[in-house]
Amino acid sequence: MDKTWNNKAWFLVLPVLVLVAFTAVIPLMTVVNYSVQDTFGNNVFTWAGTEWFEELLSSSRFWEAMVRNLIFSFIILAIEVPLGIFIALNMPKKGWGVPVCLVLMSLPLLIPWNVVGTIWQVFGRSDIGLMGYYLNAIGIDYNYVQDPFDAWVTIIIMDVWHWTSLVVLLCYAGLVSIPDAFYQAAKIDGASRWAVFRYIQLPKMQRVLLIAVLLRFMDSFMIYTEPFVVTGGGPGNSTTFLSIDLVKTALGQFDLGPAAAMSLVYFLIILLLSWVFYTVMTNYDAER
Amino acid sequence: MARIDVNHVRHSYLPNPQKEADFALREVHHTFEDGGAYALLGPSGCGKTTLLNIISGLLHPSHGKLLFNGRDVTNLSTQERNIAQVFQFPVIYDTMTVYDNLAFPLRNRGVPEADVDRKVRETLEMIDLASWARKKARGLTADQKQKISLGRGLVRSDVNAILFDEPLTVIDPHMKWVLRSQLKQLHRRFGYTMVYVTHDQTEALTFADQVVVMYDGGIVQIGTPAELFERPRHTFVGYFIGSPGMNVMPVAVEGKTAMLGSQRIELPGAPKAASGAVELGIRPEYVRLGRDGMAVSVSKVEDVGRHKVVRAKLEGRDIAAVIGEDETVPAEPKVRFDPAGINIYADSWRVEMGA
Repeated sequence: MDKTWNNKAWFLVLPVLVLVAFTAVIPLMTVVNYSVQDTFGNNVFTWAGTEWFEELLSSSRFWEAMVRNLIFSFIILAIEVPLGIFIALNMPKKGWGVPVCLVLMSLPLLIPWNVVGTIWQVFGRSDIGLMGYYLNAIGIDYNYVQDPFDAWVTIIIMDVWHWTSLVVLLCYAGLVSIPDAFYQAAKIDGASRWAVFRYIQLPKMQRVLLIAVLLRFMDSFMIYTEPFVVTGGGPGNSTTFLSIDLVKTALGQFDLGPAAAMSLVYFLIILLLSWVFYTVMTNYDAER
Repeated sequence: MARIDVNHVRHSYLPNPQKEADFALREVHHTFEDGGAYALLGPSGCGKTTLLNIISGLLHPSHGKLLFNGRDVTNLSTQERNIAQVFQFPVIYDTMTVYDNLAFPLRNRGVPEADVDRKVRETLEMIDLASWARKKARGLTADQKQKISLGRGLVRSDVNAILFDEPLTVIDPHMKWVLRSQLKQLHRRFGYTMVYVTHDQTEALTFADQVVVMYDGGIVQIGTPAELFERPRHTFVGYFIGSPGMNVMPVAVEGKTAMLGSQRIELPGAPKAASGAVELGIRPEYVRLGRDGMAVSVSKVEDVGRHKVVRAKLEGRDIAAVIGEDETVPAEPKVRFDPAGINIYADSWRVEMGA
């Protein structure tokens, strides 16, 4: 253990530390600061203790948004993961089709989120939108501005359209890494198409799938831009997710204290869920 | 078990093969006898794996037919042909136990579970993994994994043939010997028809009764290890088999004499119809180094343990000779060719010698 300690190294990481302090730590501490105080403007603050937290955790509005978030994440995972696997399995593995498919798959991922929202906002409008107009024309009563169910369908389809590609690309990467010999051996062993999927393709995709599920869960749990652009959280509060609620509270009503408390709780929930996923993944790796 | 007839099989990976060079497999016409142990030996890219995959049905040949026991199987799928094949890299089903890996091919064919259990246990004994049955397959070493790949072939006792595609590439040298002798034992005990692809001559010669030497998409010689050594039909076989390979030098033949530059070499007989580019081939083992014969200049002596390899120049050409471990190179070295080891080649193919 003849390690030479060289404290000069600290100077080299100093710029990063300063940067992180300004971008992350100081804002975070500001939020913590707000969350335990009350203000009526004019920069006058009074101590509020845990009042905002108690109020938040006992408010039905918070829990309703939370449940909406969980339901939304669950639905899009239930659609995007199987659909992504299905598309990846059916993508060509060689030839000119590969770049074509990859580019087509990447397109939705390259579009900025607010543009995705705008696209679907227009696309779904029942007066001028391509989808909305024709759905109504064939007799389906579709109007996401007024009907909560239609609003949910719209943002779910939008999210599936936007993000299934990510699952596809990750699964595809897992699939192309399987050597041909595995498929040949499976033929020799007389394996059915299902058995090939169950015992060769799925085990090889397991790790990328975990990453895909993690990423999609986190992203969908923090979703803000797209539903905000499409429905603005409505009709009523039917598509008001935690992040939308947060912005409404903080910017709309300028209730800095409750908004700060909510940010912290929201942050802790995501931290907790990330930790759970991380633990599950590392345990899974250790088991191998 | 089955006799496998490969009838004028040609294969090209191109959709429209035009020239002879477009074919990965030029033309193979050969019968693998029932219960035989064959090795397909050749350098990389000579078409041996292509031939193997055609036999197992993973590839459909561009031309020609394949018969198992006289029945045309050319258009049958791999599964219908009932073939076992072991690949270069071990293929195991990671998430299954060793037991389930071996049971997999049987369960896929709807074999009753009682029979599956009996067969799997037998096979586990055979490949010496009985104590690992309940372990997950992914934790095993490379050679254990390869044994499982092998076991998945052996577990189906009714297979028509077992094909090996360089199965010992990833195995440690020590384990290579063990596995190879286990394979030989299995062959003796159960009489499977086995075809073994390799580019390693030691592996081919120790495994097989009949070695099929392939070169540039075709079969150049089929024979026992001794035949390949003594009477290589093609100069390629001479180079490829043996270490060091055969000495091949251009000569002019007149009757029972070959002229190598200014040297006259007595042949065991007069070659029949030696036209075209005539060459004389002699294995280093038949080159006698001593005080009489043709003068050579020795450039290097390599001691390989069992014997020494002498590298020398004869009439300006490289020549190798093998001498005993205790022998030394004389002061004015000369070489003689043992007539028993002389082969004459015309345009690279061996010509018979008359009296």
